[in-house]
Amino acid sequence: MDNLLSIVTFIPALAAVILALFLRGDDAAAQRNAKYVALFATTITFLVSLGLYFQFDPSNTGFQFLEERDWLMGLKYKMGVDGISVLFVLLTTFVMPLTILCSWEVKTRVKEYMIAFLLLETMMLGVFMALDLVLFYLFFEASLIPMFLIVGIWGGKDRIYASFKFFLYTFFGSVLMLVAMVAMYTDAGTTDIEALLAHSFSAGSFNVLGIHVVGGMQTLMFLAFFASFAVKMPMWPVHTWLPDAHVQAPTAGSVVLAAIMLKMGGYGFLRFSLPMFPVGAEVMTNMILWMSAIAIVYTSLVAMIQEDMKKLIAYSSVAHMGFVTMGIFAMNQQGIDGAIFQMLSHGFISAALFLCVGVIYDRMHTRDIDAYGGLVIRMPAFALIFMFFTMGNVGLPGTSGFIGEFLTLMGIFQTNTWVAFVATSGVILSAGYALWLYRRVVFGDLIKESLKTITDMNAREKFIFAPLVAMTLILGVYPALITDIISPSTAALVDNVNQSLAAADTSPVATQIASH
Amino acid sequence: MIQADLSVILPEIILALFAMGALLGAVYTVKDKLAGVLVWATAALMVILAIVIASMPEGTNVAFNGMFVDDAFARFSKSAILIVAAIVLVIGQEYMTRRDMLRFEYPLLVALSVVGMMMMVSAGDLMSLYMGLELQSLALYVVASLRRDSAKSTEAGLKYFVLGALSSGLLLYGASLVYGFAGTTKFAGIIQVAEHGEVTIGLLFGLMFLISGLAFKVSAAPFHMWTPDVYEGSPTPVTAFFATAPKVAAMSLFARLMFDAFGAAIGDWQQVIAVLSVLSMFLGAVAAIGQRNIKRLMAYSSIAHMGYALIGLASGTEAGVAAMLTYMVIYITMNVGTFAFILMMEKDGKPVTDINALNLFSKKEPGKALALLVLFFSLAGVPPMLGFFAKYGVWRAGVDAGLTGLVIASAVASVIGAFYYLRIVYFMYFGAEGAEVEAKGSPILGVALSASALLMVVGVIYQFGIEGAALSAATALVN
Repeated sequence: MDNLLSIVTFIPALAAVILALFLRGDDAAAQRNAKYVALFATTITFLVSLGLYFQFDPSNTGFQFLEERDWLMGLKYKMGVDGISVLFVLLTTFVMPLTILCSWEVKTRVKEYMIAFLLLETMMLGVFMALDLVLFYLFFEASLIPMFLIVGIWGGKDRIYASFKFFLYTFFGSVLMLVAMVAMYTDAGTTDIEALLAHSFSAGSFNVLGIHVVGGMQTLMFLAFFASFAVKMPMWPVHTWLPDAHVQAPTAGSVVLAAIMLKMGGYGFLRFSLPMFPVGAEVMTNMILWMSAIAIVYTSLVAMIQEDMKKLIAYSSVAHMGFVTMGIFAMNQQGIDGAIFQMLSHGFISAALFLCVGVIYDRMHTRDIDAYGGLVIRMPAFALIFMFFTMGNVGLPGTSGFIGEFLTLMGIFQTNTWVAFVATSGVILSAGYALWLYRRVVFGDLIKESLKTITDMNAREKFIFAPLVAMTLILGVYPALITDIISPSTAALVDNVNQSLAAADTSPVATQIASH
Repeated sequence: MIQADLSVILPEIILALFAMGALLGAVYTVKDKLAGVLVWATAALMVILAIVIASMPEGTNVAFNGMFVDDAFARFSKSAILIVAAIVLVIGQEYMTRRDMLRFEYPLLVALSVVGMMMMVSAGDLMSLYMGLELQSLALYVVASLRRDSAKSTEAGLKYFVLGALSSGLLLYGASLVYGFAGTTKFAGIIQVAEHGEVTIGLLFGLMFLISGLAFKVSAAPFHMWTPDVYEGSPTPVTAFFATAPKVAAMSLFARLMFDAFGAAIGDWQQVIAVLSVLSMFLGAVAAIGQRNIKRLMAYSSIAHMGYALIGLASGTEAGVAAMLTYMVIYITMNVGTFAFILMMEKDGKPVTDINALNLFSKKEPGKALALLVLFFSLAGVPPMLGFFAKYGVWRAGVDAGLTGLVIASAVASVIGAFYYLRIVYFMYFGAEGAEVEAKGSPILGVALSASALLMVVGVIYQFGIEGAALSAATALVN
C-alpha cells in the first residue's frame, strides 16, 4: 500500500465525520453507537498501523512509506516515518482504543466526546508523520483544539481555568516556533523536512540588541523551537500548566495527554532541534541538562506533598520527562535511545496510572489521597495492578521504566557526571513518592465508611489494563524490540550531529564557544 | 469606437440600467410590496453577471482612452464582489422582512453600489476611480441609515457620510496634487512620470493623500474610527454587506492604484502600507478584547483582517497580490457564514448582539455551534482551518519580499487576536447555564452558515481553482 500513512492518519477523522453527519439523537442507543463506532475505528487504525511495524526496515535510516503530493500555496503534503517516529505512531494507535474503552461510562454529550477524541488521534498521528514544516505545524497546533474542548467540556470543577491555561501556554510557545519556521524557510528556501535536515543553517555569531549570540541564527532558531517543545514536554519551569490540565481533564484526556501529547515535545527535539541546529543545541546543552536535573529533583519533591492523586502523577510525569530531555541532550547513542525508550515506556506506565486513578475516581468521585486507605481488602485485583505500575513508575528492573532511566543515566554519565549524579537521586525520590502514594491508598486499615462497599474492577477495566501490563513487562525483559528499530536511526542522528559539530569546529564558531 | 468601448463596460451598464429601471418601476407601482421580488431579481442578475464575467476570454481590454480597464485582475475582483453581494442580499431578506424594514430601494441601492465597486476595480484613471468610489459610497451612506426610525442607524449613516466625505476630500486633494505634478490623471501616464527619474515631493504628497483616502475605505488603522459605530448602528444585513463586498472592492482598488500608477515607486509606498498593516492588526486584536457586542467585535475583526491582507500588498510582488486576493476571498467566505449566524441571533423576536447571550449555546444547537466554532477558529487563523492558509499565504509573500519584521509582528498580533475569538467559543461551549439566544431564521441562513464552515475545512484539500485564478489576476496587474 502506497499511502499506508495517510490511511492510518485519516481513518479516525473519517469516523469522526461519519459520527458527526449520521448519528442523530442523544438517547442511550445513540450513545452506544457512538462508543462502538469510535472503538471500532481506533481498533482498525491500530490493526492497520501494525502493518507499519512489520513492513518497517530498521536498517534503512532514511524516511520510509514516503508520500508526497502537491498541496495548496506551493506547500507539499509529505508524510513519512523513520526509526525515531514509527514507534510513536504505534504508541498512539495502541493507546487510543484503550482511552475509548475507559470512557465507556461517559454520560454527557457522548457523540461530541468521541468526535473530539477521534480528531485528536488524527492530529497526533499527523504530528509524528508530517515531513513538511507547515504540515507539521498544522497538526501540532490543531491537536490543541480537541484537547482544549476535552478539558473544557468534560473536565472537573476548574476546567475553564485549566483549558485556557493549557491553550495559551502552548499556543504562545508554538507561535515562536512559527517565527523560526519562517526564518528557516527564508534561509533554506524550502519547507521540506528532509531537505532541511540536509541543510546547514549559518552559525556565525552576531550581536542582537548588544548581546553577543554565540552560534548566531542556529542558537536563535533553537531557542524558538525550544520555547514550543519545552512547554509541550513540559520542562521545568514552564510545566505549571500540566498539573492543572491533568487534574481537570477527564480520565481519558489525562491518559492521552500523558501518554502521547507530551511526547510531541520530545519528538520535536529529536526531529528539529538536534539535527537541524546542532551548534545551537551545543551552545544551550548545559542549561538544558541542568534544567532537566532540577526538574527531576524539584518536581519529585513537589510530588511528595501532593494531596491529589492526579496531581501527584502529573508531577511525576514532569520528573520522568526530565530524564527524557537529559537523555536527548546527552547527544550520544545511549542517551537518545534511552530518551525514546523512556518516552514510550512512560506512555504505557503513566497511561496505566491515570487509568488506575480513573478506576477509583469512578467509584468514589474524589481524587484526594486522604479519602482512601485499605483498598486492598475490597479490591485485590486493583491493588495488584496499581502495584505493578507503581513499580514501573519507580523504575524497578524487569519493567520498561528501568530500561529508559538506566539508558538515559548511562548516556548522561559519559558527558556530564554531575548532572548524572543529581539525576540519580531522582530515582530514589520517585520511589519515595510512588510507594508512599501506594501505601496511603491501598494499605492500612479500611476504616472509611464510604469505602466499605467499593467493588473491585470489572471485566472491562481488567481488559484495558491487560495490554498495558503486557507491554510494560515485555519491554522490560526484552527491550531489543524497541532498540532494534530505533538504534540505526539514532546512530545516524548522532553521527550527523557530530559531523556538523566537527564541521563547525573548523569554522570560527568553535573558538567562540571555547572562549565563552 | 464608442461601440467597442461600450461592449467592454456592458456588465456595468446592464446592472446600472436594471437598478434605475427597477427604481422607476417600483416607484410608480406597488413600491415596497415589490421589494422581495427585487431582492431575488437583483441577486440573480448579479450571479449571472458574475458567471459571464468569470467566463470572459483572457486578455486585457481598455475602454474610453484608458479610463476603464478590463483585465484578469478586474474580472477576478468583480466576480467575487458580485457573488458575495448576491449572497448577502439573499441571506438578509428574511431578517428585514420580519422587522418590516425591507424597502424596495435596498436591493437597488446595493446594486448601484456594486456598479460603483465594479467601476473602482476597473479604474484606469483618477477620474474613473473617484467616480466609482463616490457611486459606491453614496449608495452605502443611504443603506447604513435604512432604519429611519432608529437613532443608532441614522447616526451610523450620518457618521459614515461625514467621515466618508472627509476621506473623499483627502483623496481628491491627493488626486489633484498628483495631477499637478504628473500632468495627467491616467495611471499609465503617472507611472511613466514616476519611472523617469525621482518621484517628486509633490507627487509623493499626492500619493500619501491617496493612500489615506483609500485606507479610510478599507478601514485600516489609523483611519478606522468609523467602522465600529457604523457596523453596530446599521441593520445587520447591511453590516454583513459592509463587511464583505466593499472591502474587496477597496482592497482591489488599492492594489490597482499602487501597481498601475505607482508600480515604479514601490520603495516609496511599501513602508507606508506596512505601517498601516501593523497598526490595523494590533488595533483590531487589542480593541476587540473589550467588546461585548458581536457586531462591534466583527468590526474590529475586519480591521485586523485588512491588516493581514495589506501584508500581501506591501510585499509589492505578484505572489503578494495573489495572496492578498486569496485572503480576501477566504475572508468574505468566513464573514458570510458568521453574519448568517448573527442574523439568526434573536430572543423573543428581537435581534440579540450581546456575546454573553451565547452561553452554552452548543447544548441548544450543536450543529450551528460547531459551524460557528469552525468559523471562529478559522478567523483566528488556527490550523487546520482555511483561515490559517490565508495568513500563511500573505506571510510567505511577505517573507519572500524581505518584510520579515512585519510578518513576525503579525504572528504576534494573531495570538492576541485569537483570544477574543476563543472567548466566543468559550461562551458557546463552557459558559454558564442558560443560553438566552435562539437561532431562528430561514433555512437559507443555516445553509449559508454551514456551507461557509464546510468550505473552511474542505478548502484545505481543494480550493476550486481560486488560487490559480488569483495568481493569473495578480500577473495581469503586476506585469
